[in-house]
Amino acid sequence: MADRDFLLPQRSTVRTMRERLVSPVRDFRIDALGAGAGPRPGGVRALAAALGLTMPVSVFADVPQAQPVLVFKLTADFRKDPDPRKVNLGVGAYRTDESQPWVLPVVRKVQQQIAANESINHEYLPILGLPEFRSNASRIALGDDSPAIKENRIGSVQGLGGTGALRIGAEFLRRWYNGTKNAATPVYVSSPTWENHNGVFSAAGFTDIRSYHYWDASKRGLDLQGMLQDMENAPEFSIFVLHACAHNPTGTDPTPEQWEKIASVMKRRFLFPFFDSAYQGFASGDLDKDAWAVRYFVNEGFELFCAQSFSKNFGLYNERVGNLIVVGKDGDNVLRVLSQMEKIVRVVWSNPPAQGARIVATTLSSPELFSEWRDNVKTMADRILLMRAELRSRLEALGTPGTWSHITDQIGMFSFTGLSAKQVEYLINEKHIYLLPSGRINMCGLTTKNLDYVATSIHEAVTKIQ
Amino acid sequence: MPTLSVFLDVPLAPKIGSKLLDEFKQDQNPNKVYLAYGVCMTGDGVPWLSPVVPKTLMKLANDPSFSYECQPEQGLDAFVRVTTELLVGRHSPAIVDNRVGGVQTIGGNGAIQLGAKFLKDWYPGSRSVYIQSAQKDQHGLIFQEQGFIIREYTIWDPYRLVSDVGKLIEVAEQAYDKSILVIYNPESFVLPRKKWMKLSKTIKKKQIFLFFDVPHQGFLSGDPDRDSKILHYFVSHGFEFFCSQSLSNSFGLYDERTSNLVVVAMNNKALLCIRSQLTIYARYLWGSPPALGSRVITTVLSNPALRVEWKKSLRGMVENIMLTREKVKEKLRLLGTPGSWEHITQQDGIHSFLGISVDQVNYLVKKKHVYIPKSGQINFTCINSHNIDYIAQSINEAILAIGPGPEPREPPPKPPPSRPDSKDSKLLGIKAPGAKPSPFAALFRK
Repeated sequence: MADRDFLLPQRSTVRTMRERLVSPVRDFRIDALGAGAGPRPGGVRALAAALGLTMPVSVFADVPQAQPVLVFKLTADFRKDPDPRKVNLGVGAYRTDESQPWVLPVVRKVQQQIAANESINHEYLPILGLPEFRSNASRIALGDDSPAIKENRIGSVQGLGGTGALRIGAEFLRRWYNGTKNAATPVYVSSPTWENHNGVFSAAGFTDIRSYHYWDASKRGLDLQGMLQDMENAPEFSIFVLHACAHNPTGTDPTPEQWEKIASVMKRRFLFPFFDSAYQGFASGDLDKDAWAVRYFVNEGFELFCAQSFSKNFGLYNERVGNLIVVGKDGDNVLRVLSQMEKIVRVVWSNPPAQGARIVATTLSSPELFSEWRDNVKTMADRILLMRAELRSRLEALGTPGTWSHITDQIGMFSFTGLSAKQVEYLINEKHIYLLPSGRINMCGLTTKNLDYVATSIHEAVTKIQ
Repeated sequence: MPTLSVFLDVPLAPKIGSKLLDEFKQDQNPNKVYLAYGVCMTGDGVPWLSPVVPKTLMKLANDPSFSYECQPEQGLDAFVRVTTELLVGRHSPAIVDNRVGGVQTIGGNGAIQLGAKFLKDWYPGSRSVYIQSAQKDQHGLIFQEQGFIIREYTIWDPYRLVSDVGKLIEVAEQAYDKSILVIYNPESFVLPRKKWMKLSKTIKKKQIFLFFDVPHQGFLSGDPDRDSKILHYFVSHGFEFFCSQSLSNSFGLYDERTSNLVVVAMNNKALLCIRSQLTIYARYLWGSPPALGSRVITTVLSNPALRVEWKKSLRGMVENIMLTREKVKEKLRLLGTPGSWEHITQQDGIHSFLGISVDQVNYLVKKKHVYIPKSGQINFTCINSHNIDYIAQSINEAILAIGPGPEPREPPPKPPPSRPDSKDSKLLGIKAPGAKPSPFAALFRK
């Protein structure tokens, strides 16, 4: 690394510098090059640079600047746009009809209760997380009468949001799953999927991440045949990341009959299901309905992981509440798996943060708060369902070319409109409607005030740009 | 069920947690005392919490503008700014030059995790990490998981019963070029200026990368600004380094895991590039950091009145520790306990070495129900008015029963071995190398 000067300029350089300095900067203390000289406009380095001195090079000079995520750029562009008609359909969170974030009344209430509770001590949580949170969260996903819970063969780990839960699961599988293959085990993610699925599994060390057929662009729906074919062709014991409900980004879920077919192939081919459940209750407004797929797999005797996130259904994006559920054949297997996960957590973040887990645990364990929360979730789901129906009927009334039934067939926060990249570009540039190039829109971006504008704009884009 | 579990091969990992604590919990003796808690305790034997914290929590809970939206992936900008300033000083030349910044992380652990991952991917130096023995298990394992070779060192001088920071110079001199030196609790380093200059010269010459770990700023002198002086020195001398800055201890807010990985870079461009890469690691580990802890700390540090109150509470707590040390020393003197106990008051912070032998530790644990780790390093905040007499008497008894412990004395004059303070250390990884893969896949198919 001879070309990398890790050191500061040597004394001799410093002297030359002193000689070159002229009167206006006489107070410049040369021995304080970069040292405790106190604030100085532009800094010592700027001055030195102005004088044409070579400054020391960072040992990290080769590190490139990573690009920001597309969604953030989209949001930034939206903010900058002065047009009063502008609409942001690119955000990743719930918005009210007033385009505002919604604080669930039950969440605010519980947070106040927690703040007023002087008996809470602020010591570290256990490594695996808050026990009341873990058990209640798992119960919500698997159902009160889950055979796995009754047979005592489930366990869970508190994660930092869905991402953290996925990561702990991935770290575990990379170390212990599939005999000696481990990291070489293929991990299948849907095409398309949430970008973090790829990122999390490869960051955890998996080397063979593949995609399975999911979205059929021509039908604007699920490509079941393609999906089943990929499962047939996948090496045994491959890991399949499945979206429990409200598929991100397409909003397209398999029907119960389709799930049954998927499960039967997966069972026959010894494929490992890793569910990502980020929208329970948020999709249909019904907690049980949205958990149908996961519960079906559990009832079918699968061993599986399920990463739960409470960001959306609690509107609790900020506190990073997630839960990784482990369902095993028997309690002993689960115990051993959790003992290894504890070691992984110890290295990754050691102990999870408490606030979000406390809010969720308090809400889920009190019957009154629970029913209040269920109502809050339904409020959000209903607004989204309404926006779907309204958008579809408007497009159909306008006679926009193509079919628009997929808008209401899809579920959850996101919809894959089927708009082409060029049409998206037109909407952004000409109509000030911001959405991702994939044509994904957040239904919460629609409000009763902008529905007409959005519908006519889409109509215009589709008719003008083929 | 016809098929076997896919988890059949997964061995049971030994339970994480302190065996000593388990033994303590099972002990029925009414006099039992546990002196090894990781957190700072109050005189009533409960974890210490700065009074500004509950007040601020209440304030935030009733703040209608409190947002539940996702924080940026690199953390709350205001939090990163105020805590970085707390560490390097508001008027630091690095702040003026805009070459110091941070990324909010999940605890000190998360900060080490991000830093280690970054160094693995981007540090063009050696794979050797020098780490203090006491931090080996926790932080050493993180580096080892990233493929680094862990080399252990200690600055505790068992002969003179003091932390001898001078040993750090030896470690630096013997370290491989371009290796990584993790310095835990650098605030506690009291070195004459000349020795500092020697140390920094050596570090520069050998192009060693510094990774500081500041777990409890303010716990030594009671003044966070005074504690971090040593980091100011390194900043002002043009070092590029990382520093894991945990705020849990300084606020008593352990359960929100609020920390900052401070990056001091050579220039603004390098800082931006480094932060952008750290952000990617964070994205796939935890998405974005949790909000509450960072909001509490940002609120306190940016509000002059609350900041003063926080500092006052910190000072009060530290004065208490100092008083406890004096009392223990005085009680041992009154009891006529053989040996010198000056080292008790010469050390700072909550954890310090009692300077007793392993046999004496065993005696205290087995006979007196006073639970002390083998190293003899205890948490002084676990000593309070209820148990201090019993503890002093027990120590006295142990010394009398086992015989004189390691008296402070000059080290034996023997030539130092080639790398006396750094021995290679292989930790048992998360997946132990000996784990035998079994042919369960074949069984499964049947």
